[in-house]
Order: sequence, then structure tokens, then C-alpha cells
Amino acid sequence: MGLDFTVLPGYFDALLLGSLWTIAIMLVSAVISFFGGILLAVIALYAPAIVRYPFRAFSFVFMGTPLLLQLFLIYFGLIQIGIDLPAFVAGVIGLGLHYAVYNSDIIQAGILAVDKGQHEGARTLGLSRGQTIRKIIVPQAVRTVIPPIGNNLIALLKDSALVSVIGVAELTLTSQLAISKTFRPFEFYIAAAACYYVINLGLEYGLRKIEKRVAVAR
Amino acid sequence: MTNEQPFIDVRHAQKSYGTLEVLKDISLQVSKGQIVAIIGPSGSGKSTLLRAINDLDPLTGGEIWLEDKQVNKDLPHRQYEKHINKVRQEIGMVFQHFNLFPHLTVRENITLAPKMLKGISDKDADKLAEEQLAKVGMSERIDYYPSQLSGGQKQRVAIARALAMKPKVMLFDEATSALDPELVEEVNLVMKALAEEHMTMIIVTHEMGFAESVCDRVLFMDEGVVVEEGPPEIIFKNPKNERTQNFLRKHLNG
Repeated sequence: MGLDFTVLPGYFDALLLGSLWTIAIMLVSAVISFFGGILLAVIALYAPAIVRYPFRAFSFVFMGTPLLLQLFLIYFGLIQIGIDLPAFVAGVIGLGLHYAVYNSDIIQAGILAVDKGQHEGARTLGLSRGQTIRKIIVPQAVRTVIPPIGNNLIALLKDSALVSVIGVAELTLTSQLAISKTFRPFEFYIAAAACYYVINLGLEYGLRKIEKRVAVAR
Repeated sequence: MTNEQPFIDVRHAQKSYGTLEVLKDISLQVSKGQIVAIIGPSGSGKSTLLRAINDLDPLTGGEIWLEDKQVNKDLPHRQYEKHINKVRQEIGMVFQHFNLFPHLTVRENITLAPKMLKGISDKDADKLAEEQLAKVGMSERIDYYPSQLSGGQKQRVAIARALAMKPKVMLFDEATSALDPELVEEVNLVMKALAEEHMTMIIVTHEMGFAESVCDRVLFMDEGVVVEEGPPEIIFKNPKNERTQNFLRKHLNG
């Protein structure tokens, strides 16, 4: 049986919907991973040891174990202790936290790269440590780390396919469902890949715009 | 105005890093409106002393007083943080490397602290920024970013930023040392104007000519002690101490 791409148009709506879910997962996880990353970075650098060490352990666990396993644990495991999350919520929490840990490392480096004089300049005006970190240090750090965080975001988009295994009907699961009906894996996987690619193009375009805006504001 | 109680009172300031003593029992009184220059070779402790006054480099011994308030009060950590943040609002500081906030415009650099710490409205903050910038001759650059300014302009904005907190005293830590020679004058002019308004100032500087023309008193520091102090005409024209003489000879002929 040869290739027959004419099966695709019939599933156009399904693939579009799957793409939209993928985009939604990516956006929500991206927000969690960005702000979570800032929070983790600030804790790692400034919090007292009693707070810092538990969070460091948390980071090690999230960085050192497979994302797939984390998703299983959040979705299937937490039910046993009474936390029954919808698949979408479990998926974005897993993806978001996993990438928050990676973003945290990058943001920490960005914070440490901010000149010590910035801290002194703010403190001599009377700003507290917290105000200085919030208003002076973190905004500058975030600007320098936008490009590497953007790279993580692209990786996050691709890893969002893993969420299909806990039953979120995103792009990958949608194409698998279509395959189970049509027995046309090549056509649908190619179609899904094309969709991911297009989303990625949009994402990169957006990132470039953000980078440019940030660059002007320096 | 009573000149009996010093405005700034440094009592037996002592500072060491491990076994290295950078400040050895320094006392210094500055009265209101007085302008004091601290000169000396690098490593003499002059910047450390200046930075101790607003507790940026905490002393290991001795006391700093601003009017009737002790700056380096012995308080539990949290209370101390609150205390020092209040005190620092009254002590303006200008750095060698400006330390402007590069992600904020000139206006925002100036209004940030007054808005956050004094809770003034956006409108009042804008007015404040305009006033202070007019003072340093930078009004037309209000919406520029620091990266779009020259070194001298940056330093003038930094001075305006410090003045916007309405400090009682201004500390200058080699404010012109990082500037190209042709940009030094514009900053010196701003400082001179402040002197004419009788702002209390302590100036760490390598500009002997400026110190001589503007300051009421000059301290020569070396190896953590005040070697000699007095009015500029004595220190610069007729220093008694040999170390002062050597230092000035190198500097004035250099």
C-alpha cells in the first residue's frame, strides 16, 4: 500500500484542534516555567539555608529524573493521595516545573552577571534587599537570559508531545487517534511534524520580537 | 544653627579584613554645610571610610553618627535592615562608576526610589525628576536610557538621582575618576553648585585642584590613618607631614 496523503484533509479540523491544544500547553507551561524559574533562582541565591536546601533537593529531583516519569507521577500517582488533577493541569504542571528548574539555572547565572554596583546603587538610595532584587536585579537578569530561555521554550514545545501519554488530546495524541482509524502512520506523523514545525516558526518569530524589544530598552 | 554638635560624627572607626587593618581608629567630625575632601594614595582606606558612613562597608569597630542618630546601631538583623534603609535615604552617594540602572530611563532612575520609599504620586515624581535634572543641566535627556549618555552625563544623572531623595549629606566616591578628562569639568561644576547651596559633602577625590577650590577641609589618609588634616590652603601649600608632602609632590607635578 503506497502513500496516500488524501486522507489528511478529512482530519484537518482534528489536527487544528490538536495544534491549538499543543499551543495552549506550551503557553501555560512557559508561563509557569518562566516565573517558577525566577522564583527558584531568587530562592537559590538569596534565601536562608533552611529554605534553600529543600528547594535545591526539589530541583535535583526534577532535573535528574525523566519528564515522562514525572508526568506519570503527577497524573496517576497523586490520585492515590487524593489529588485528582485533570490531565491538562497535570501536564502543564509537570512540563512547567521541569523547565522551571532549567530556567532557574540560567536566571541564576544572569543574576550573578549583574554588576555589584547595581546592588550598591539601589541600597544607598534606601531600597531594601527585596526591593533591590525585585526592581533592579531580576529585571536586568531576565533581559540577558531571554535568548537561552527562548531555547528552553523551543525544547518545551517539543517535549509537550509527552503529555499525550496521560491523555491530553494535543497534536501527538490526535494524530495517533487518526492513525488508529486510518492505519496511515506515515502520513499523519508527517502532518503532525509539519504542525510542530509551523508552531515552532511562530514561536521563534515571537522570541525574536521579544529579544529585539528588550535590546532597545537597554 | 549650632555648630557645636557635629552633623556627621565618626568615632574611632576601625575596620579589618581578617588580619588586615584598613581603618585604624579614625575619628572625623563634619559640621552642617561643611565640605570635606579625603585624599590619599589608593589602598589608604579613604573609600572604605566613605562607604562606612552609609554602612555599605560595615565597620568592625567604632560608631558613625548622623545628627542624633547612630548609623551603625547594634540591632537584631531585621530591625537593623529597617533602620539602615531609613538612614540611607538621608545619605546620598555618588559612585565612581555611576551605577545608574541601565534598564530604566533617566526619569525612572530618578523617580524609582522616591516613589517606592516615599510613596509620592507619579505626577509629583515627574516634577521632582524635572527639577533635579534641571539642576544638573540634563533636562533634555529625561527619556533617554543611560547607555545613550556620555560618562559625564551619566554622573550628572546619578547626582540628580541621589538629590531626589533630599539627602542631608552627599558622599562622593571618586565621582570623576572614571571620566575622560574633558568630561570632568561638567561634573565638577555640578558639585560646585551644590557646595554653593551649602550641601554637606564628603568627597573622596584625586582632583587636587578641585579639592583645593571647593572644600573647607582636607584630610590626607595613608595606611588606614588620617595623617594630616586642615584647611586646603595649609594642606596643599604648606603640609607639615613628610608623607603628605611626598604624595602631593607626585600628584601636583604628575
